[in-house]
Amino acid sequence: MSSAETEAAADFVAPGAARDWRGLRRALPLGLLLAVAFVIVPLAGTDYWFNAILIPFLIMALAGLGLNLLMGYAGQASLGTGAFMATGAYATYNLLLRLPDIPLPISLVLGGLIAGAVGVVVGLPSLRIKGFYLLASTLAAQFLLEWIFNQYGWFSNYSTSSSISAPKLAILGQDLSSPVGRYLMTLTAVVAIAAVAARLVKSQTGRAWSAVRDMDTAAAVIGVPVARSKLSAFFVGAAVCGVAGALWAFAYLGTVDARSFGLDRSFQVMFIIIVGGMGSIAGNFIGSAFIVLLPILLSQVSDRLFGGTVDAGQLANLQRIAFGALIIWFLIKEPAGLAALAERGWRRLRPSGTAGPERGSRPGNTGKIF
Amino acid sequence: MAFLIETLIGGLLSGVMYALVAIGFVLIYKASGVFNFAQGAMVLCAALTFVTLRDQGLAFWFAALVTLAIMVVLAIAVERVVLRPLMNQSQITLFMATLGLSFVIEGMSQLVMGASVHELDLGIVDTPVEVGPILVSQFDLVAAAAAGILVLALSVFFNVTRIGISLRAIADDPQAALSIGIRLQRLWRIVWGVAGFVALVAGLLWGSRQGVQFSLTFVVLKALPVLIIGGFTSIAGAIVGGLIVGAADALAEIYVGPLLGGSVSTWFVYVLAVAFLLIRPAGLFGERAIERV
Amino acid sequence: MSASSAGPILELRDVSLSFKGVKALNALSFAVARGEICALIGPNGAGKSSLLNIINGVYRADEGEVVFDGAPFRRIRPLEAARRGIGRTFQHNALFKRLSVIDNVLAGLTRHSRTTLVEHAFGLPRDLAESRALRARAEDIIEHLELTPHRGTVVSTLPYGVQKRVDLARALVGRPSLLLLDEPMAGMNQDEKRQMSRFVTEANAVLGATVVLIEHDIGVVMDLSHHVVVLDYGRKVGDGTPRQVRNDPDVIAAYLGTVH
Repeated sequence: MSSAETEAAADFVAPGAARDWRGLRRALPLGLLLAVAFVIVPLAGTDYWFNAILIPFLIMALAGLGLNLLMGYAGQASLGTGAFMATGAYATYNLLLRLPDIPLPISLVLGGLIAGAVGVVVGLPSLRIKGFYLLASTLAAQFLLEWIFNQYGWFSNYSTSSSISAPKLAILGQDLSSPVGRYLMTLTAVVAIAAVAARLVKSQTGRAWSAVRDMDTAAAVIGVPVARSKLSAFFVGAAVCGVAGALWAFAYLGTVDARSFGLDRSFQVMFIIIVGGMGSIAGNFIGSAFIVLLPILLSQVSDRLFGGTVDAGQLANLQRIAFGALIIWFLIKEPAGLAALAERGWRRLRPSGTAGPERGSRPGNTGKIF
Repeated sequence: MAFLIETLIGGLLSGVMYALVAIGFVLIYKASGVFNFAQGAMVLCAALTFVTLRDQGLAFWFAALVTLAIMVVLAIAVERVVLRPLMNQSQITLFMATLGLSFVIEGMSQLVMGASVHELDLGIVDTPVEVGPILVSQFDLVAAAAAGILVLALSVFFNVTRIGISLRAIADDPQAALSIGIRLQRLWRIVWGVAGFVALVAGLLWGSRQGVQFSLTFVVLKALPVLIIGGFTSIAGAIVGGLIVGAADALAEIYVGPLLGGSVSTWFVYVLAVAFLLIRPAGLFGERAIERV
Repeated sequence: MSASSAGPILELRDVSLSFKGVKALNALSFAVARGEICALIGPNGAGKSSLLNIINGVYRADEGEVVFDGAPFRRIRPLEAARRGIGRTFQHNALFKRLSVIDNVLAGLTRHSRTTLVEHAFGLPRDLAESRALRARAEDIIEHLELTPHRGTVVSTLPYGVQKRVDLARALVGRPSLLLLDEPMAGMNQDEKRQMSRFVTEANAVLGATVVLIEHDIGVVMDLSHHVVVLDYGRKVGDGTPRQVRNDPDVIAAYLGTVH
């Protein structure tokens, strides 16, 4: 269960003053976390931390959030994440290039909206098909879009090299191209979008998504507009992935390159939500931390153990094995993802008297989607 | 005209080989409802094991037998370690587990046997055969024939033998099949073992065509449109789907690619498959389920 | 509520349905009067659930038509049926299993929502006001069906009987004019059946919903309903008040006699 959902429960159970007090108690850890992220980290972080860990961590968490809205909340399995990210990146690039008067944040939002529109088109088959057939049709979109961006020079402004450098990053004349600047820009975008997503999933829209995920026939029968819900999930999910793609290109890589948004990226983002937890907002951050840190950790460990005698190829193989084994292990042992594990630990830590409203035990989120 | 026919024949022959990979999927899907993404990794694993054993100087048949034994052990391990604990999970969960499995198998194979490209020579002469004005690759003919024989043998095996009948019972109604004493776990091991055998044959054929290397795992991506067109549960569908995909892929590369200014092979058959899907949502041969509420 | 409140709320005219050549419903006709509780009985496989599925558009009739509130249709989409005021519970558990009780019930109010995605995303005033209003309605039904202790619990963890009540709450909260109940008391003990009967009676008498229900417990049916339709192999073999049906020789031969 995400903290947002628990918060939702707290919101209406506790009346009046008690509610405010509990709301404050719940908001406090999050507030502290944000204070650290916005104030302490920029002062204390090194360039290595920003470039190699924090920025990719935040962006991949955002991509995970996009897929999680689509797949974890609305139950529409997709392997088109990479394509949605690419769409956001190329759309933002072209907006910055061709309409330079538009400020950067607005270009980012517009890039996301364009990715969302593409997502709706990619989601159209979901009105007729589901399950693996749908998964395969998103794969068609993944390959087609990847090809289009590579094939037609207009998207990359006819650049001769296969990757194009991103325009300079600035908001209101403030240069953001330093590692701290890029970190803060990414953090702001991610926090804002996560806040909107947390609202959305507990709104009437989010409920309709979950209804379609859990039982689409029953959803239609009780009056949930199934088709519209599926398409709105594709729109929002793809839009969030689109912003993540744009940030990946501008705040992390510094270039727009279709190759960094391939099928592997789609799998990687799916891995994030498996590890973190489907149907959880916080889970995306945990899952992303996991996949960003694991390779670093593995290479450190192998350095210690073998003193740098393991070559890069073998290290990559070890990483593949570790990733694969972990996916299987998570699916078997912790199908609800690390977010659920953290939630249980958190609950155990707190005295039962102040543990908030009783929601009953939440069953393992088994990731049952079809 | 001759060129068109040549292209078409070449495409259809590759199509038979796509069908071979697709059948590995269909077997496992029918028996356990698992969309086994690791099929590509199994192809790589089988081919790598085989060439490594051959490099060690083992005779062809002996190497093939040892490889087959390894694939069967792998199948048993997969059933025990991955499938059994996930028995009652949803299909998407199982799919993601096979995704993890493919990472493990690929990583292990390359860790043990290296990532370099291996030549694989099956001793098939590759001079084109002339049929009137048309040239046909002899290798493609032999490979397609081998694949075709295997496909037929498998269809017979699964239509006639006890295992085949159990398999169909499981696919129709798992609960009922279990209650009349079909041993699911044994059946899964058999089916995964057979899929391992199919992976070996596919690995040898594809491996000798394009070298044994990591890109062998991508045959899984070519087999997917085959499954969409033919349906996940039909062996006949896999064959017809394979032929359609093979032919469409070859023709599109020659006739559509130039119009759009580049190779369209990554996506064309996928888009075609989706077009098929929108007309027949359960594939050409799949049956549409009646929704019960 | 409706302009055509004089005629029957629901009328079936020669409805037929078959699956792969097997006739599930055979030229079936009957009418349900506004405000009554109508029970469909008959042995398993008599086509009762298929009939409900046709009325709210999950299936499409091969022949014949359904007239709801004066408007005839051959096929209606489930969503459209819900919008016109047909509510429904399910024989097998069809709750949104990962959502809490309150969220399941709120989902039943989706068709009354007039706000948009953008308003939901940013929590604009219209969304906040509407959420409050919808939540109040949901709380009302939850209290009414004595689900308050479970309101925040994820439904898949609840006992079966409670889940059945949640299903009823989800259907009732939208204030349907026609409520279709598919075996609402299956698998319940006598106490639970009594409680459920009371809820159904209240839904009918207090909330004014016309009820069509499928039930196997003849005792419950006779007590609860005003009107009984008996089906056997897709045909109608009896149609009348509980007393008439109980004494109908055809019905006794086809159904009642063989069971008891």
